[in-house]
Amino acid sequence: MREKRLKVTAPSARIKELATLVRDELGFDHPSAVCGVDWIAKDEIEIIYFVSSVSRTGYQDFVVALAERIPRGNPVAPSLIDVWTGVEYHEREGQEMLGVNFEGNPYKGHFLLPEDWNDMPPLRKDYVSPGR
Amino acid sequence: MAIQTEYDPDSDRIMAVAFGPQHPGAGHFRIKLWLDGDYLVRSEPDPGYIHRGEEKMSEYRNYIQNVPHLERPVILDSSNILFPYALAVDELMGNKVPDRGQYLRVIMSEINRIISHMYFIAIEGLFTGHTTLITWCMGDRDFWIDLASRIGGARVTFAYIIPGGVRNDMPEGLTEKALKTCDWFEKRMDEYEKIFFNNPLVLARMEKVGVLSSEDAIRLGAVGTVLRASGVKSDLRKDEPYSHYDDFDFDVSSLDGGDSWSRAYVALLEMRQSVRIIRQAFKNIPPGPVRLKLGPQPRVPAGEVYARAEAARGEMSFYLVSDGSPRPYRLKIGSPSFKNMRVLPHLLRNVHVADIPIIYWSLNYWPLEADR
Repeated sequence: MREKRLKVTAPSARIKELATLVRDELGFDHPSAVCGVDWIAKDEIEIIYFVSSVSRTGYQDFVVALAERIPRGNPVAPSLIDVWTGVEYHEREGQEMLGVNFEGNPYKGHFLLPEDWNDMPPLRKDYVSPGR
Repeated sequence: MAIQTEYDPDSDRIMAVAFGPQHPGAGHFRIKLWLDGDYLVRSEPDPGYIHRGEEKMSEYRNYIQNVPHLERPVILDSSNILFPYALAVDELMGNKVPDRGQYLRVIMSEINRIISHMYFIAIEGLFTGHTTLITWCMGDRDFWIDLASRIGGARVTFAYIIPGGVRNDMPEGLTEKALKTCDWFEKRMDEYEKIFFNNPLVLARMEKVGVLSSEDAIRLGAVGTVLRASGVKSDLRKDEPYSHYDDFDFDVSSLDGGDSWSRAYVALLEMRQSVRIIRQAFKNIPPGPVRLKLGPQPRVPAGEVYARAEAARGEMSFYLVSDGSPRPYRLKIGSPSFKNMRVLPHLLRNVHVADIPIIYWSLNYWPLEADR
């Protein structure tokens, strides 16, 4: 990634600790996006939290990406709602689109997908869109 | 009888009501409401009625084929959703976009911002019962659409900002027309202030309604007009100047009120700044080519990039992962409406039912953009 973008990959068990540090010590108080990537060849799902800072002067152009990689077969990750409240809906999206179970995020229904969706999570690489 | 402010699902006083998705004000969006008489105790947004799987679709198309469908989530603001996508692809490919292309990107982006904000304050006028404002704004907005169509060739979906620059140059002799539109529009904005924003009836309906503090705005991840109306001076055009935005003289508009009126008025202040930028851009636009020749299937090297741009509704971000193949491996759209959605249940509680449309629309929420 380019200048002013920092990506840190941490083990899933310590992501919350790192996130608290990034928020409190570095001043990255503003959640920007949460993205999940299905690395099917490596049998992993990568979850990335993008956070920026609106309060810390001189760091408004900086984005920190906190990443964790979890096994594809058992995708469980801790929720970071307690650190950044704003990630709540982003995590809901990750839960239904990639099948990640965010422990601590109470919502387990369908958010963007239809209520009766019973296929696999559609942003997984082995899901093929109808007609393709 | 005391009004119940805490949600108790077992209480027989509480009635669950759906606002939308067929409600004329809600758009393709539903808000679940829990009411105690005329009093709203809890709400929960229910998006997804127009989820089209833009992110999955982009994995089946190459980097140029992705351009037209990616602007569909927010056709009001179509240049600004393509802007960060073009920035992301340019960054991965190492494209050096020509100066004239950068200026045209800025011009189109600012015209689109005005088109989008005009729609926003028009509907805010409708929801406050001020029908003059909606007719004025919808009519005046057409002059900007006309200007944009002279450059982009269509009225709403231009597919104008593309990787490597812009699709085509603007026609000759447009500068005079654009500057005339700017002069005329500044006078019109003075009239909007008189007839709507300083109108005592409008103030009574919108002031101190749906107040969002700056701490909450940051904590909940609000962006754009919502964040700036809560007193946070955050604008990517200043904070992270892309496409020569640092060449232009403009201010970041922010207000301290945090209420529905501030969120609408900050859009008007932003349009004034947009007019300033458009005027400078048309006067100083350098000659030369407007885009790089990338071909129909450009080769994008493997890598990842997180690009952001200030769209009309706030920070629009694209996370792009390329594995070196002709199509994106993963494309994540971080749309401002989705980010601002978390503010909705925070504001839509402990208010009266009549305030729901005013608060809801003051967030400038666009359901298609949130659902993608």
